[in-house]
Amino acid sequence: MEAVTLLLHGFAVLLTWKTLALMLVGLLLGIFVGVLPGLGGPNGVAILLPLTFTMDPTSAIVMLSCIYWGALFGGAITSILFNIPGEAWSVATTFDGYPMAQQGKAAEALTAAFTSSFIGSFVAVVLITFLAPRIASFALRFGPPEFFAVYLLTFCSFVGLGREEKHKTVISMALGLLLAAVGMDTVSGRLRMTFGFDPLLRGVNFLVAVIGLFGISEILLTMEERLALRGHAAAISLRVVLKVWRELPRYWVTLVRSSAIGCWLGITPGGAIAASFMGYNLAKRFSKNPETFGHGRIEGVFAPETAAHASGTSALLPMLALGIPGSGTAAILLGGLMVWGLNPGPLLFVEHKDFVWGLIASMYLGNVVGLIIVLTTVPIFASILRIPFAAVAPMIVVSCAIGAFAIQNAMFDVWLMLLFGVVGYVFKKIGVPLAPLTLALVLGNRSEDAFRLSMIGAGGDLGVFWSNGLVGSITTLALLLLFWPLLSRLFETAGRILRRAPAS
Amino acid sequence: MAAIESEIVVDDPDAPSGTSAPVTSTRSVEAVVYVVLLALALLLGFDNWRSGMGWAKDGPQSGYMPFYLCVILAGASLWGLARIVVLRRVSSKPFVTRDQLRRVLQVFVPTFVFVALVQVLGIYVASLLLVAGFMRFIGRIAWWKSLLTSVVFALIMFVTFEIAFDVIMPKGPIEALFGF
Repeated sequence: MEAVTLLLHGFAVLLTWKTLALMLVGLLLGIFVGVLPGLGGPNGVAILLPLTFTMDPTSAIVMLSCIYWGALFGGAITSILFNIPGEAWSVATTFDGYPMAQQGKAAEALTAAFTSSFIGSFVAVVLITFLAPRIASFALRFGPPEFFAVYLLTFCSFVGLGREEKHKTVISMALGLLLAAVGMDTVSGRLRMTFGFDPLLRGVNFLVAVIGLFGISEILLTMEERLALRGHAAAISLRVVLKVWRELPRYWVTLVRSSAIGCWLGITPGGAIAASFMGYNLAKRFSKNPETFGHGRIEGVFAPETAAHASGTSALLPMLALGIPGSGTAAILLGGLMVWGLNPGPLLFVEHKDFVWGLIASMYLGNVVGLIIVLTTVPIFASILRIPFAAVAPMIVVSCAIGAFAIQNAMFDVWLMLLFGVVGYVFKKIGVPLAPLTLALVLGNRSEDAFRLSMIGAGGDLGVFWSNGLVGSITTLALLLLFWPLLSRLFETAGRILRRAPAS
Repeated sequence: MAAIESEIVVDDPDAPSGTSAPVTSTRSVEAVVYVVLLALALLLGFDNWRSGMGWAKDGPQSGYMPFYLCVILAGASLWGLARIVVLRRVSSKPFVTRDQLRRVLQVFVPTFVFVALVQVLGIYVASLLLVAGFMRFIGRIAWWKSLLTSVVFALIMFVTFEIAFDVIMPKGPIEALFGF
């Protein structure tokens, strides 16, 4: 099969000492970042991004994606040992993971978490390997109207399917799109919304915003909390690992179910949080004795971890194939692609074969190596939490500042980062979601260009978005999703009336 | 198996107490945010209207998309404001308590000073001061530990970015002394 040949080529790209060393460094940094309180996947990737600016794109993305795997693995350590979910999607892991640790079965719980993360990601990577090239080659036929329709679908599904209050999602998204439009207009060359202020000519950089919104604001939020913690130290012995692995086949239904849920929710924007809870709840519902969940059942660790990681990984599929990120971290990786001078989208598979297949191969390798590293180094990383936050916080601030400055060598960006830090802090506290803002910032210019190019092509006729079956159905689906909350309420009412009618 | 099971305990004597008085409610902060966003939408909307928000022969003018985005932003903010004022649907739980605000400012103010110092002293010296100062005065960690940590940290940063990865960073008079 073609995909297999290309994948082997990817491994060949990867297997140099330099790349392997970078992978190792990335994984260790990632676990470190994942264990630290107040930092997680997207923040870690955003802060460490500047390290990669001088590398070639392939090494850079390999290192970044390894930071991401590491952060995912690291999040499980704090959830199980300390009952502190590092990320929202680790919340479901604490339900059974922490009770297990309390019963002295921390090692089993950790092994279960790491193994199931590995399985989840692995399934998703296999899916990416075989599905992404097909979608990309299909999308090669897309013109500007089709691309605009796909962007519209992404935006609309965030508004329609998100759990937050709708007007808050709309605010976040509109703000992101507006900020993306600041600076030089790429079609006409006119300046927009700069008010004669020179540093704004370059526009608002996406990565600067992300570092502020996620990095700085997280530190402010973490300081509000009580930082005392009490947890279990644990070391994993080979015997425990083998014992858990021998039990694995017994839970194959849970693993398969959670992987499927994760892959599906990861590709559609919605994400790992929903996936982990859904995986957990379904495992509970289908279990023979659901009342034992929440008291330290190993299955209750398998289910959410597999789903969360399958979802986190498959979020990279639309990013690679279409240039549309499926999660916050994928959006940051996408921002990285642009910094390295690559143009995300289906052409990536044609023009940069080394890069794409190197990345996919690194997902396989990074997962295996990551699993081995976390299994052997848990005690060291758990003790990182002994480092006082007063020492960690200023270092994170410095890394954020370095990151923000390095992107465009501009001091203005560091101030902007600070401003975004405050905005992120306030938004998080009043419940305005940040993911739509991030997504809008990174896709803003591309979606506007697609819109205007299709308008120019069609002579200003909006009918172009329904001009053929493909683009028409995507646009219609987008509008349906946008009004989904209204429609579903309408259907419910209609259903109730219909059901009542024969009874009366 | 020997007793590998031991506890990791980290204390936080300075933690914000649960009984601290609230400074302001989430409701009022939310209202202020909506007003600010509304003002922003008006300002940006005006700028886009000025640069042309109409429809030229070859499609939308450059202000077209942003202008309607401003309209959407203003609409959503008004909706949020109306929900607070008219429907009173938003919970009035505290936005931040006095203790929490103190802790947040303990991070924010040093960060602000740090960014200002970067412009004068360069990022490496400024980060040395930030780490040392923060650990000593806010973390109340021993002087020698704070200094040692900050010096080692600044040096690692310098070696990583300046020497190994060749990333240009703002530098000040002290780096110039050493010929960088």
